Amino acid sequence: MARNKEGLVLVLDVGPTMHAVLPEVEKVCSMLVQKKMIFSKNDEVGLVVFGTKDTNNELTNEVGGYEHVMVLRNIKVVDGNLVEALQQLPRGSIHGDFIDAVVVGMDMLIKKYGQTNKGKKRLCLLTNAASPTKDPYDGTKEDQVNTIAEQMRAHGMKMDCIVVRVTQDLDVDKKILEENDYLLNAFSYKSSTKTVHVDSPTSLLGALRTRNISPVTIYRGDFEMSSKMKIKVWVYKKTSEEKFPTLKKYSDKAPPTDNFATHEIKVDYEYKSIEDPNKSVPPEQRIKGYRYGPQVVPISSAELEAFKFKPEKSVKLLGFTDDSNIMRHYYMRDVNIFIAEPGNTKAIVAVSALARALKEMNKVAIVRCVWRQGQGNAVVGVLTPNVSDKHHIPDSFYFNVLPFAEDIREFQFPSFSNLPSSMQPNEQQQEAADKLVQMLDLAPTGKEVLRPDLTPNPVLERFYHCLEVKSKQQDAAVPPLDETLRKITEPDPELISQNKAVIDEFHRCFELKENPKLKKSSRRLLKEKPTGSNEEGLGSGAVQAIDAIEYTSRVKVEKIGDLDPVQDFEAMMSRRDGTEWVNKAIQDMKNKIFDMVENSFEGDTYHKALECLVALRKGCILEQEPKQFNDFLHHLVKFCQEKDLKSFGEYLASHEITLISKKEAPDSEISEEDAKSFIVKREPKAEN
Amino acid sequence: MDIDPDDVFRDDEDPENELFQERDSTKEMLVYLVDASPKMFSTTCPSEDQKDVTHFQVAVSCIAQSLRTQIINRSYDEVAICFFNTRERKNLQDSNNVYVFNVPEREELDRPTARLIKEFDSIEESFSKEIGSKYGILPGSRDNSLYNALWVAQALLRKGSAKTAEKRILLFTNEDDPFGNIKGMTKMDMTRTTLQRAKDAQDLGISIELLPLTRPDDEFNMSLFYADLLGLEGTNLTQFKALVGERFEDMKDQLRKRMFRKRKIRRLKFIITDAISIEVNTYALVRPTNPGTITWLDSVTNLPLKTDRSFICADTGALVQGTPKLFQTYKNESIMFSTDELSEIKRVSTGPLRLLGFKPLSCLKDYHNLKPSTFVFPSDECTLCSNFIFCIHFNLLAVFFAVAFYGSSTHPQLVALVAQEEIMSTSGQVEPPGMHMIYLPYSDDVRPVEELHTDTNAMAPRATDDQIKSASALVRRVDLKSFSVCQFANPALQRHYAVLQALALDEDEMPDVQDETLPDEEGMARPGVVKALEEFKLSVYGENYDEESDSIASGKTSDASKKRKAIADKATEESAKVDWSDLADKGELKELTVPKLKYYLTANGLSVSGKKEDLINRILTHLGK
Repeated sequence: MARNKEGLVLVLDVGPTMHAVLPEVEKVCSMLVQKKMIFSKNDEVGLVVFGTKDTNNELTNEVGGYEHVMVLRNIKVVDGNLVEALQQLPRGSIHGDFIDAVVVGMDMLIKKYGQTNKGKKRLCLLTNAASPTKDPYDGTKEDQVNTIAEQMRAHGMKMDCIVVRVTQDLDVDKKILEENDYLLNAFSYKSSTKTVHVDSPTSLLGALRTRNISPVTIYRGDFEMSSKMKIKVWVYKKTSEEKFPTLKKYSDKAPPTDNFATHEIKVDYEYKSIEDPNKSVPPEQRIKGYRYGPQVVPISSAELEAFKFKPEKSVKLLGFTDDSNIMRHYYMRDVNIFIAEPGNTKAIVAVSALARALKEMNKVAIVRCVWRQGQGNAVVGVLTPNVSDKHHIPDSFYFNVLPFAEDIREFQFPSFSNLPSSMQPNEQQQEAADKLVQMLDLAPTGKEVLRPDLTPNPVLERFYHCLEVKSKQQDAAVPPLDETLRKITEPDPELISQNKAVIDEFHRCFELKENPKLKKSSRRLLKEKPTGSNEEGLGSGAVQAIDAIEYTSRVKVEKIGDLDPVQDFEAMMSRRDGTEWVNKAIQDMKNKIFDMVENSFEGDTYHKALECLVALRKGCILEQEPKQFNDFLHHLVKFCQEKDLKSFGEYLASHEITLISKKEAPDSEISEEDAKSFIVKREPKAEN
Repeated sequence: MDIDPDDVFRDDEDPENELFQERDSTKEMLVYLVDASPKMFSTTCPSEDQKDVTHFQVAVSCIAQSLRTQIINRSYDEVAICFFNTRERKNLQDSNNVYVFNVPEREELDRPTARLIKEFDSIEESFSKEIGSKYGILPGSRDNSLYNALWVAQALLRKGSAKTAEKRILLFTNEDDPFGNIKGMTKMDMTRTTLQRAKDAQDLGISIELLPLTRPDDEFNMSLFYADLLGLEGTNLTQFKALVGERFEDMKDQLRKRMFRKRKIRRLKFIITDAISIEVNTYALVRPTNPGTITWLDSVTNLPLKTDRSFICADTGALVQGTPKLFQTYKNESIMFSTDELSEIKRVSTGPLRLLGFKPLSCLKDYHNLKPSTFVFPSDECTLCSNFIFCIHFNLLAVFFAVAFYGSSTHPQLVALVAQEEIMSTSGQVEPPGMHMIYLPYSDDVRPVEELHTDTNAMAPRATDDQIKSASALVRRVDLKSFSVCQFANPALQRHYAVLQALALDEDEMPDVQDETLPDEEGMARPGVVKALEEFKLSVYGENYDEESDSIASGKTSDASKKRKAIADKATEESAKVDWSDLADKGELKELTVPKLKYYLTANGLSVSGKKEDLINRILTHLGK
């Protein structure tokens, strides 16, 4: 552990021109120290500020000069005090000299570690490089920088330079800026210095690498283009998500007097048989089972080992293809990088030749990779060229995993071009949208805001901030999201207000249509079947309940009641879970009508009976049962005559209830003429 | 709803759980209704290997394939396979010309089993003998096989309620006019009853989908009958395309795409500006498929085991009840967080998906990727949404992508919305139109690996123009013209499921699954390719590289390996000085120091870890004592 400890000196510019961004500097530096306190407790950090009125450093005492550089803290193991100190940086009043400050920081590192700890010594310079540097006693400034860089190299020191220039209209000479930039560049040429230019407070928070993860190769070996042509490559992870810290579960069981209590909770799993829940099954009696349809297929680990896919460790070229064949959205995972074996000039040249050829031709390489021996699967991925524009960085490839056939779901979506014209945008809308895109351009003239490489994770920032707050006051509430971080999650209010006219125009074009549609769509939302989204759970649940009521009422109709015979009849007719229901419905309805006619008192039920008869007629036509109805009608009319219920016959005639004709239902044997004349024909008879 | 308290803990291991899992609650009940009329057997289309394939074979092989996919991905779905226009009949209703295919130990509508898949694979051979093909709608008879088929399918789907399951009938046929050979009243009558039957089914929440098979010269005329059956009108009708496939593969592709119902992950509100927001649905078009979860079984009874989880206090060993609080050690203190506080920390944005602006596509680098993308499509029938998407779409297609903040509760992230143009091919839609949501990394997620091994003084070697030219020649030679991302099956997964199927059916022989991902050795051995490779090799490596590389390899052993070698040499030397066997016999090994013991172990290639006792034991074992 201690072997890997890093020695870091933060060299911070606190001069007057830096005051605006100092809150962010405080945040990013304290976050860096906080993370060190959690993930690499043994790292040592020193703190130097420059641009202060006072001077306090060993070099001044020893050799003089180096004014306005203050060592706030010597190199020491990280602790809470350092975080505190970083959160209250002094505001300086002098334009400091960053070269002086770098020398002081370097001196501290040399004095502390000497030649030891090679490669783990780092300086971190944070400045706007807007103040003039002093001329050295002898030689040029460039010579001085070269000497310093030489020293840094000799001691295996690295430097991160973050140059913050939020506003361009700094009240300083352009010449000074140019000169300083030139000097900083000289650093990167001569030593392991990385310079990042930052133009917003938000990017500043993302510019400093707050957690060092030592990169580990996931593959070292041959990139086989064929069995004869191989290139030695190393593969690293290029992106890998920094996860939210895994918190431990807290146990309050330990007595408060126990100072060494860990308060941790262990999770214990017990496997119990279903037949006897009290019996625990020992590990050797357990066997893995995989689902295959309804079956669970047991496979012992020996079998699994014997049958499983065991590819050889290798990286093989499958071929090249046009980059347009590989859509961006098929990239499956975090990204790896293929670099040629360091120090192997021929491999570097080979990778370079291939990368540049691919880039020129807009091609990509398809490769099959098995990173480790014994790995259970092979991946197929795409190599895209990463041609370096820095002279000292060799060319390389990015590697992205591609999906297998099983991983793709080919859903079909309606085509946009086939939609009716009412759904297509009009010219005005198109224009408004065009303007919106132009106005909300986040990368005007090459100055990209919210670059992923410089954008901090707001959740992690907030977590560490909250952690610090809580360490001082256990019950403190979660602090609100920092304003600087809000720029990541919400559109920049400045950008919005600058382009208010465009946005208003955009609103006008789209809003007119919005209101009715929005309501409609929200209603539709409720009608949707539940599809698994939690947010929808509530709405659809309610609808389901309603559905269920309807559903049961429909299903449960098994006989025709008195209350609403027509509805019951229709429900029964539409029951499709058996053929018998139609016949039963017709039969029931016939009985009902007979009852009504028979039991009527001065025609009080005639109306209802007529309704039922109409429903029955309709039902019989739909269900192709004209004979049933026709016979029934004959029967009914005859019945009326016999029982001296002529009034019902008249009632029917007046409402033009006829037999079902051939025209309405092909199965009927009654012609249209006959059907119409049915009642009429009967009437005289009835009068007889 | 019951919220699982562990969800909060699980974040780290399983990001965006919901992205990778689909719920079982939306299970599907599906009846494959296959026309087995003679016409299905007489119409053919050419396949890749020059053999003619009948439409019946197309349908059957598609179903076989989708059963396989189903058992892997969605094994809770229930399926039934039903042929109509058959000679034999087998169904509960005892209707003529309808045959429900099934295997033992399975209900007619049930989850697909290994046996079903296996027997269905050989259906073609047994079909004519056991089921037989016979057109069921004939003049003079009152039989209506299509009506019967729908009736049987509907009866099969009676199981389960419409609330919890989606019910579908997939109808495969190449007959656009099923009642074409009968006339007059009977035809009208049959048409009407069949339509009524279909309508009844639809009223009960069963959707009927038609997969019409045709040949290019013989168009499937929807308006003759099926438009009415499906209730298609106007634009819907014109949009409905029959499967016109000249080739078997095309047809299979189209069928495969249509057979799967799309499922959305969730509905999101996409906030464009403060005043305007639209509803969009997200879909998972690309997700890694895994071998499925492990169920622990009792090896004696083969019954699944119940897992009990308990929290035990590490200090006292007491059982901890309830949901514990979480803590992070910081400044030697335990800083406590409640789950509410943690979710509050993660709530950094106000909207689910919020537009921040636009950037040119060149800003989206190849390394800006963390996990599979999600497809975004406007939710149905919202004019505004689609209008907006259109407008933006055209813009985006050119050069831009939209940057938005996706405020999920577990992983709030910056995302890039990249527009995708619709791409069609002979086998239908290849890429749907819409937007792909690509999850962007944060600064902490990107590692500056390139700078790791840089020599600050030296210029990095670069290829010369000649070398690039020879590389170009090679690239041109080994060109995969029609490469598509999904052309390879996952070899490990294929093997896994083949083994599972074999075990499930108690087969003795383990199947051999071909690994499609291996390079095309034959192609690589073509003289042109070999020559291009040789030239490239010569150009970048110079002559005699192979011998050189061997010497380089031996000469350039790293410091660590040199050291390791030195240690081994020393160990052999030192170990030779001691008569180990003698010492072991006398029990004097423990008199030796640990470093000395280690000499023996190193010299014999054994592990040197553990306590002194372990070392001695290991030596004794090695000596065979």
